[in-house]
Amino acid sequence: MREVAIVGSGMTKFGELWDMSLRDLFVEAALGAMKSAGVDSIDSIYIGNMSAGQFVGQEHLGPLMADHLGVAGVPATRVESACASGGMALRSAYLEVASGMSDLVLASGVEKMNDGADVTGVLATASDQEQEVYYGVTFPGLYALIARAHMEKYGTTEEDMSWVSVKAHRNGAKNPHAQFRRVMSLEDVMTSSMVAEPLRLLHCSPVTDGGAALLLCPLDRAHEFTDRPVKILASGAATSTLALADRADPADLDVVDLSGKRAYEMAGLTPEDIDVAEVHDCFAIAEICCYEALGFVERGKGKDAAREGITDLGGRIPVNVSGGLKSKGHPVGATGIAQAVTIIEQLRGEGGEVQVEGANIGLAQNLGGSGASSVVHIFQGV
Amino acid sequence: MVARTGNRTLFQATHGPLPLSQRGEKRQNARSVSFGSISGTLGYPVRVPGDTTFVKRSWHQEVEMPGIVGYGAFIPRNRIKSEEIARQWGKDPATIQRGLLLKEKSVPGLDEDTITISVAAGRGALARAGIDPQKVGALYIGSESHPYAVKPSGTVVLEALGLGPEIHVADFEFACKAGTEAMSVALAMVESGRVEYAMGIGADTSQGAPNDALEFSASAGGAAYIFGREKLLAEFLHTYSYTSDTPDFWRREGEFYPRHGGRFTGEPAYFHHVMSATQGILDRSGHKPEDFRYVVLHMPNGKFPLAAGKRMGFTQKQMETGWVVNLMGNSYSGSSPTGLAAILDVADPGDLILITSFGSGAGSDSFIMKATELLPERQGLAPTVRSMLDNPRKYLTYGEYAKLREKIILND
Amino acid sequence: MPSPRYHREIPARFRLEAGKCAGCGRVSYPARKVCPACRGQEMEQVKLSPRGTVVTSTVIHVPPDDFLNEAPYAMAVVETAEGARFMTQVVDCDPSTVLPGMEVDLEFRLIRKEGKSGILCYGHKGVPGSV
Ligand SMILES: [Zn+2]
Repeated sequence: MREVAIVGSGMTKFGELWDMSLRDLFVEAALGAMKSAGVDSIDSIYIGNMSAGQFVGQEHLGPLMADHLGVAGVPATRVESACASGGMALRSAYLEVASGMSDLVLASGVEKMNDGADVTGVLATASDQEQEVYYGVTFPGLYALIARAHMEKYGTTEEDMSWVSVKAHRNGAKNPHAQFRRVMSLEDVMTSSMVAEPLRLLHCSPVTDGGAALLLCPLDRAHEFTDRPVKILASGAATSTLALADRADPADLDVVDLSGKRAYEMAGLTPEDIDVAEVHDCFAIAEICCYEALGFVERGKGKDAAREGITDLGGRIPVNVSGGLKSKGHPVGATGIAQAVTIIEQLRGEGGEVQVEGANIGLAQNLGGSGASSVVHIFQGV
Repeated sequence: MVARTGNRTLFQATHGPLPLSQRGEKRQNARSVSFGSISGTLGYPVRVPGDTTFVKRSWHQEVEMPGIVGYGAFIPRNRIKSEEIARQWGKDPATIQRGLLLKEKSVPGLDEDTITISVAAGRGALARAGIDPQKVGALYIGSESHPYAVKPSGTVVLEALGLGPEIHVADFEFACKAGTEAMSVALAMVESGRVEYAMGIGADTSQGAPNDALEFSASAGGAAYIFGREKLLAEFLHTYSYTSDTPDFWRREGEFYPRHGGRFTGEPAYFHHVMSATQGILDRSGHKPEDFRYVVLHMPNGKFPLAAGKRMGFTQKQMETGWVVNLMGNSYSGSSPTGLAAILDVADPGDLILITSFGSGAGSDSFIMKATELLPERQGLAPTVRSMLDNPRKYLTYGEYAKLREKIILND
Repeated sequence: MPSPRYHREIPARFRLEAGKCAGCGRVSYPARKVCPACRGQEMEQVKLSPRGTVVTSTVIHVPPDDFLNEAPYAMAVVETAEGARFMTQVVDCDPSTVLPGMEVDLEFRLIRKEGKSGILCYGHKGVPGSV
């Protein structure tokens, strides 16, 4: 396999973007990535997207997006793994470049969620339609079931989860792309309305429109396009059971554990080597589970990490300096790419107000469903 | 296959009604005979459609009388008090309670309907019967709130109970009498020898228009009965029906709430039919009111059955066990069958039990049965009516009640 | 819920029919073709006992459109004596009392409606245990 680098990135503002359509979001992000690398042609496109068919009634995104980007003719395909669609699109693009099949590949993600669809219902289709959705569960409900199991097993509290949200908003307030650039107090979080007990509104990521894109090429050609390429050290992916009830232990996201181990092994690294990470905090409890599953803290200690500042900017392992899905927003199919965009910026020293000093190795972890699919990428500035 | 012996018309086990040409003769020749003991070729009486007299059917071997081999009931756990409904409409709670003798009524949840109530009651019946569900050859469900206008409740119920697919199924409707109607037909299917076991269910999530007297009574619940010939919990001795066209209460196709004729529902409808049927079965069986330990008459409210019973010579003591209406309301097709279940829950071997249903439109079915030695050991195998009456989940406000009964107009 | 999809789930949803692996004894609900524990493909049909224990739970306050009028309602992962786990609502009690360790009986209930004029979809929900 060839070594692969990321040489360009672009993303839209995240939020309720009433004036932008699904295709507008893609085109803006894709053009941003191409422009930043100074290229006007590409060999192939991957589009991470969870559910355009349900959100806006549009399937067959490959040709649509290639056409609107003005590159009709190139191979283009949609990649779907629920909320991990973006991360899986990146993995697909990485494999295509690494294999030698193509040189310039666009890895993108896009989701238009605010177009009048029943968002709760659409998101729920990422869980088991016959065994879970049938009975009325929602996505917050699934993570609430995980949260309560985690509380039972490790003594995690509602306040522990709330500190994760407080940290997210503190970081997100400094991110110009973020949907909610507001600092939230612990009290704000703990008095927000109940969504699915024990998860409150401010433990949940919002409904977001957005797009993000990365341009990949072989590492040995990277300097043709940028002075500061970022190398992809590893891509680890895994699946677990789709239905939460079938999971060995609903308290642990075993899929994150497995995808993380694969990525660390491929990179020849350990959790201690990671300088900065973006993890999938679709709900505050997910971030706590990810701390543990990715080895940033011991199992059962995830609950203390945010409160003790371990994962703060300036902490031992800063996590979600972008504001995470919670504050930056969570356009589901775009999230995995947007996480990587943040890490690329960090490793290039372009992190602005939230730059982690001396960050050289970064990790992005993207989760699908209630912990049914996960993909972890590890990057290094070169 | 019809043979004439003296003044009795005997016919071998064939299905279907008598040829028309035979009916007049039969009417003249037949005489009322108790269901009691049958052996040899003496036969037992069966009623012929359109005829109120009995004929006897011959059997070649000794047969036991059919009866109940299993029963079960279900009452949803939500309640609303009469005073809460009265308060909503500016009525005096004390007057209502005194006038209708209704303390509270059961209210179905959004996830409860005639089908779910039938399944719960049916499972109780199967538990008490201890039979292989596959041996149930017929299933009839009487209700005036079948969830589908077209598509049977019975098909859902049979799948959930593990009956069928070799089974005859039908949904019945006859206002509040549909339950005993289902029981009657189930009994007849066993009696005819066509099936080994048959299940008859009466269940409803009754409708009553807001600010109508019916709103104080219309409730939810039901009971299921399995009929067979062996290991009976109660032996059926007599059945009798009394029916006429009396428009006292109705609901036209497509209408949400039933309408009724006010005081016309009393004497010409309820009292006339309930008392005629009850008197009819007493006359034909030769029993007197005092022979029965327990009596249950259909319970549209608390007052009517007690008044009818009193006029016919039944005591409060005979009636109180089956008089469940004050705590659960009128579960329409489920009403008298649930009252009967409450009686079977406590009856002792040898107790004689009389039940008379009433369905608007109008008609009544009366059954006389006798509890067997086997009943006591089966009573505890499923929840009793009293345990369900005594364990309500919660008391609803009128607003909660209106939401659960889908009386609030919502956007699609 | 299109009728054909609903129809084929009836044995599991109406009668709690499950599959037991002949190789390792693992009970899967609903039955599967391949055992998730040992990948065995020889399955015997078993019926779950209609009661279980709550493994984890939540109370849904923001429901999907189809369940708008039922919120707030409790949902739980329930484990039966056979070791099968599945998700369902727990009703007929204060939803906040549905917590891990709670014993529930499984009752046949209407689960959802396919709109105002579509089919009615049934299955089992938990209710507070009778024992
Ligand atoms: Zn196995």
